[in-house]
Amino acid sequence: MLKRILLAFFIAWISVVPLHAVQPDEVLDDPALEARARGLSVHFRCLVCQNQSIDDSDAPLARDLRVLIRERLTAGDSDDQVIDYLVSRYGEFVLLKPRFAPHTLVLWLGPFVILLAGMAFVIRHRRRDLNVPNEQPLTGEEAQELERILKP
Amino acid sequence: MIIETGHFALLLALAVAAYQMVVPLYAATRGDERLMRVAASSAVMQFLLLCLSFAVLTWAYVTSDFSVLNVWANSHSAKPMIYKISGVWGNHEGSMLLWVLILALFSAAVAAFGTNLPPGLKARVLSVQGSISFAFLSFIVLVSNPFQRLDQVPAQGKGLNPILQDPALAIHPPLLYGGYVGLSVAFSFAIAALIEGRVDAAWARWVRPWTLAAWMFLTAGISMGSWWAYYELGWGGWWFWDPVENASFMPWLIATALLHSAIVVEKRNSLKVWTILLAILAFSLSLIGTFIVRSGLLTSVHAFAVDPERGVFILLILCFFIGGALALYAWRAPQLKAGGLFSPISREGALVVNNLLLTAGAAAVFIGTLYPLVLEAITGNKISVGPPYFNFTFGILILPLLVLVPLGPMLSWKRADVWAATQRLWLAGAIALVATLIPVIAQVRGPWLAPLGIGLGMWLIAGSLVELAGRIKLFQAPVTTSLARLKGLPGQAIGMMLAHLGVGVMVLGVVAVTAWRVEVGVAMKPGDVVEVAGTRITYVGESPHTGPNYSATVGRFKVESGNRPVAELTSEKRIFLPSRQPTTEVGIYSFWTGDLYISMGDEALGGGRNVRAYFNPLVTLIWFGTVIMFIGGGISLMDRRYRIGAPKRAATVAVPAE
Repeated sequence: MLKRILLAFFIAWISVVPLHAVQPDEVLDDPALEARARGLSVHFRCLVCQNQSIDDSDAPLARDLRVLIRERLTAGDSDDQVIDYLVSRYGEFVLLKPRFAPHTLVLWLGPFVILLAGMAFVIRHRRRDLNVPNEQPLTGEEAQELERILKP
Repeated sequence: MIIETGHFALLLALAVAAYQMVVPLYAATRGDERLMRVAASSAVMQFLLLCLSFAVLTWAYVTSDFSVLNVWANSHSAKPMIYKISGVWGNHEGSMLLWVLILALFSAAVAAFGTNLPPGLKARVLSVQGSISFAFLSFIVLVSNPFQRLDQVPAQGKGLNPILQDPALAIHPPLLYGGYVGLSVAFSFAIAALIEGRVDAAWARWVRPWTLAAWMFLTAGISMGSWWAYYELGWGGWWFWDPVENASFMPWLIATALLHSAIVVEKRNSLKVWTILLAILAFSLSLIGTFIVRSGLLTSVHAFAVDPERGVFILLILCFFIGGALALYAWRAPQLKAGGLFSPISREGALVVNNLLLTAGAAAVFIGTLYPLVLEAITGNKISVGPPYFNFTFGILILPLLVLVPLGPMLSWKRADVWAATQRLWLAGAIALVATLIPVIAQVRGPWLAPLGIGLGMWLIAGSLVELAGRIKLFQAPVTTSLARLKGLPGQAIGMMLAHLGVGVMVLGVVAVTAWRVEVGVAMKPGDVVEVAGTRITYVGESPHTGPNYSATVGRFKVESGNRPVAELTSEKRIFLPSRQPTTEVGIYSFWTGDLYISMGDEALGGGRNVRAYFNPLVTLIWFGTVIMFIGGGISLMDRRYRIGAPKRAATVAVPAE
């Protein structure tokens, strides 16, 4: 009896196939290839959704792209080839991580340039402050106040 | 008639705002103290008028008065009462009204609590507040009037976007606006200081509590938004680098920097020029945030108001305030006198590093959010900037900051000994090292960086505690002495310790859920079992359910851990009636070690139901950390030094404005 229950559980268990937004029929048999496909799909934008990757999206187009990625991988493409292929078909908009290229220099380097500029600003101001006498002249009232305090 | 009263109060508020903008500024320039006092009374007046106006709009929503265009377009008589009320700000017009109401509240608070401010400064601050209010009230009156009537009264409203019908989202916008708008006070103080030509320790002490209050609101608002996204959007993430999230995150980063640099102005009379700039930037980013959300310029899960005409109007307001403030800054800031000197290795130096990294982090978020727009406008090239970009750039900039956090408070002012400071942290370092080794020894599978992340979180937590222990001389003096010292600690010290500790707790949650989340997606029929991270989930079955304004399919799941039943979870797919829009209600069970998260999908192709189950380890720590940060802010705000005695300026007559 117990054996049959266990068997039933086992059958139930193997009949449930892992997926993400990924449908059961999309999943590749080769786990290594499937892992590569999953790794790639988080980098592509679902073009009909609002700010979701195709890995997260339930939209039919996202599904088509996932299937496409798996087809290319099965056909023996490298990751870069898959990326190139999708970009050639859907444009650079499909990439969630923009390429490092002349038109994205500002994007990729901007924050670091700002950090360096901030450092330069601080260093320059420090130099300036060191050269300028630090005392601020007292206003009339401050001088009176000081005199009042200092008087025994 | 009631509706018209609300509209009329709005127009009156606009007139009062104009008065508040012009008269006090004129009075301050003339040095007429009696006339300056109208600033406070008009600020309070404006607040009362806007309260009336807002109350009327709320009344229209509560009574489902569909003769009002705004109510008809965004409400439904079958909605539960809480969502009728939250519907007031769940739309463009109403949320703008809430925005100016909170602005007026802050102005009135400055008027009421700022009794120790020099009259000239107070008048100028309130005048700047009045000008912001004037701009946004004009916007509301001219292009987004919430009181517009319909000629023919429809029988039923169109309903509120169902995704917004959630308790957390009901209070999320007011909190966030409290933060955005609260930063206007820091902005106004900065502008007033530039006009006066004087920034000093007293100024910093006046600005700091307002910035802190705004920061607390922002922290709570962002955290709540993230929590909502986690359980409502149904795919288990907690932060998406969505443009609207970024819009609230940028002011938060700059406000955090401002909080730190204002300390330097207060204690050491240094970094003034920089602090003023941060105050301007923080509110500018709030305005940009409002613009991003309100114009629908960027695609986002939140964009529920898309109207280019309004976008242009807000853009003009934005250009005026940001451009004007920066121009004034460029003109006046060089005349501000430099303050106390310090060596690069000092508390001041550490706070400068904090500021640089936070600002650069904000810049990364800013560039990533807006660059695609600019690029498309210039070259027509469409690109996307998604989480991989933000994680990389923001991560690189913020990691060193997190590593340095425990060191900062150990350094002394003016000139510090790094070696001595490091030695005081040996215990924290040891705890961090052990924490790093635990996942390594336990051979938890996952990215190799993850143990280091756990180490970093523990370093922050232990560092904060060690700092506190040092202050109260724990284990170095008798326990009674330590307790007495603890009682005598200023609120600011405890607040800082808690805020830094909260960051550590949050880091633990972020690292754990990013590195070790387990996810399983299956098509399940009733009776099917799936195992996720040691818990067995049995799909019991599903049944239909009818709510007040939606119909739903409820899936029931039995959760067992170690052969013991733990919980019965339900997850729903809801269809809201007026719009037929679907939403997901996930089932979450929180273990000590993390959340079990079950989300119902559509019906599977081969029969059954697509179900996604996640185990999100330690995910609750993310929000728990923000709660600790919030409490830290609150304790710091209650520091009596803000209220008693201290803010006395040496002299009110400063460098003349010309």
